[in-house]
Amino acid sequence: MKKKILALLVLLVPSLGMASGGGFEPFKVDVDLHNKDSLRNGAKYFVNYCMGCHSLKYMMYQRMGDDLGLTKEQVEENLIFTGAKIGDYMTISMPEAQASEWFGTAPPDLTLVTRNRGADWLYTYLLTFYVDDSRPFGVNNLMFKDVGMPHVLWELQGLQKAVFEESTDEHGNKTRHFVRFEKISDGQLSDAEYEKAVRDLVAFLVYAGEPAKLVRYQLGVWVILFLLVLLVVSYALKKEYWKDVH
Amino acid sequence: MSAMKNFVGWIDERFPLTKMWEEHLSKYYAPKNFNFWYFFGSLALMVLVIQIVTGIFLTMNYKPDATLAFGSVEYIMRDVNWGWLIRYMHSTGASAFFIVVYLHMFRGLIYGSYRKPRELIWIFGMFIYVALMAEAFMGYLLPWGQMSYWGAQVIISLFGAIPFGIGDVLSEWIRGDFVVSDATLNRFFAFHVIAVPIILLALVVLHIIALHEVGSNNPDGVEIKKNKGPDGIPLDGIPFHPYYTVKDIVGVVVFLIFFSAVIFFIPEMGGWFLEPDNFLPANPLKTPEHIVPLWYFTPFYAILRAVPSKFGGVVAMGAAIFVLFLLPWLDRARVKSIRYRGAIYKAALAIFVVSFIALGWLGTQPATPTLTNFARLFSILYFAFFLLMPVITRIDRTKPEPERVTH
Repeated sequence: MKKKILALLVLLVPSLGMASGGGFEPFKVDVDLHNKDSLRNGAKYFVNYCMGCHSLKYMMYQRMGDDLGLTKEQVEENLIFTGAKIGDYMTISMPEAQASEWFGTAPPDLTLVTRNRGADWLYTYLLTFYVDDSRPFGVNNLMFKDVGMPHVLWELQGLQKAVFEESTDEHGNKTRHFVRFEKISDGQLSDAEYEKAVRDLVAFLVYAGEPAKLVRYQLGVWVILFLLVLLVVSYALKKEYWKDVH
Repeated sequence: MSAMKNFVGWIDERFPLTKMWEEHLSKYYAPKNFNFWYFFGSLALMVLVIQIVTGIFLTMNYKPDATLAFGSVEYIMRDVNWGWLIRYMHSTGASAFFIVVYLHMFRGLIYGSYRKPRELIWIFGMFIYVALMAEAFMGYLLPWGQMSYWGAQVIISLFGAIPFGIGDVLSEWIRGDFVVSDATLNRFFAFHVIAVPIILLALVVLHIIALHEVGSNNPDGVEIKKNKGPDGIPLDGIPFHPYYTVKDIVGVVVFLIFFSAVIFFIPEMGGWFLEPDNFLPANPLKTPEHIVPLWYFTPFYAILRAVPSKFGGVVAMGAAIFVLFLLPWLDRARVKSIRYRGAIYKAALAIFVVSFIALGWLGTQPATPTLTNFARLFSILYFAFFLLMPVITRIDRTKPEPERVTH
């Protein structure tokens, strides 16, 4: 009986995964939200490199400080560059209308970017900027074709160019495939260091997308363990009552 | 103890407390052969309670205002104590509600629980299902994400397909504006948190009163009231309380294990319960590439798209739901339960189940020509199940029902 229930409910769980769309297959990234150093490092990159243009408007400085194990003073000294107070949300002062003029579209708020696009997408996006002189900021991106954003991390990563290969299918349609990157100039970080920096930044944004992620997994284990115990007790109770039916 | 008795006695002289307790629980005799499928009625009731309780807490912080709604949900998710848990319980609860209700309806289908004398139970149940769809549809607008917005836009525009100039006026009247807007959000909030829940609760009461009037069906589809003992109690009946209360507690715990697994480990369910596009605030100027309703509507959405004309699609979708109401009168078989039905009906039911699931999947996919043809095929099979039922159930070779329930 119980086996039947299990089998049935497992069958009912709809198959996971939805189409992600887009041409380039994103790299996989593993972020570790338990690693506070990684999150703090990501927060540092975020406020230094991203927050000029992108807000994190649903996130409070204080909340971030508490979750990342930072004191009020540490947050104020290291992560707040404006006159913002610890209880403020992480907004920016760039006016939207002007931003649209500068970049073609206003830089989006990034609080939920990983929930909308996924960590893999963001990780790949930050790794695959390449030099393209036809673009206003001189760079293009594999993950986000003709993106309006400049490569703000270029001084860390350095610049790279992308090598494409053209192929023609039986209908004579030409398609371009990415083959590899070639480094043009070195950045402050080695490739491995840059990948780690981006991973930390992505980890921070995964956290920012859903701060509850820091607690819900552990809590879930306890809840389910409790329910399993309750299952044993309630099943025994049922058996006891049902002895006299039959 | 006697003080307690006196107290209950005092109440009983003024309110039928003991009488109601006995009628609906301790002396409500249910067949003793309920199986796995009989858990889902009580589970649906529990999910309803979860939705109402979590809903109350959500409304304490939610703001039904187009400029604030999205942010208020994020506020609940971060800055309200346990807000994330309450919100995930509510969002997972919505899908869980449909899962248990679909299984509950399937139970009715396989054991003929809608047959005489239980037609009204089925009708009330169908109204519950329709109210639930309205509740889910309007609730889905409230987070004010891209999918909320565009889903509502698409579904409301369906009313616009009604001819003679009625459609446009009607859809405008529903929205309170020319497009989905703040006015729509505000009224959907009112419907979602008060109007529809009241109707839902009233229907649930009617559903249960009707059930307790005629008594529960069972997997054998035989009437236990035909065989009563000298005390007037059905020989195959056992009091709902304590037997089925303790049994349903086991079902509840098993359900909660799965429910918690989703809430704590995969609350988005890979995009099936919370869609990625709904983490973008509603933007009336930017239509998403791919607008899909949530999974529980997709079978009907697939039927809608399978018909070439828009109005025809709307009619077909309405008919797909309406035909379910007629089930008690379409089924002409001599027996109720699948256990004693013949091969033809079993095959028809299997085809119906496959069609319904296939339509559900097709409704989530882009409408390519091939997939649309499949949707047409399965839509025809869906309707064929009901339209051919009077014939199929007549000619189907049934086995004789047993006199008593088998256990």
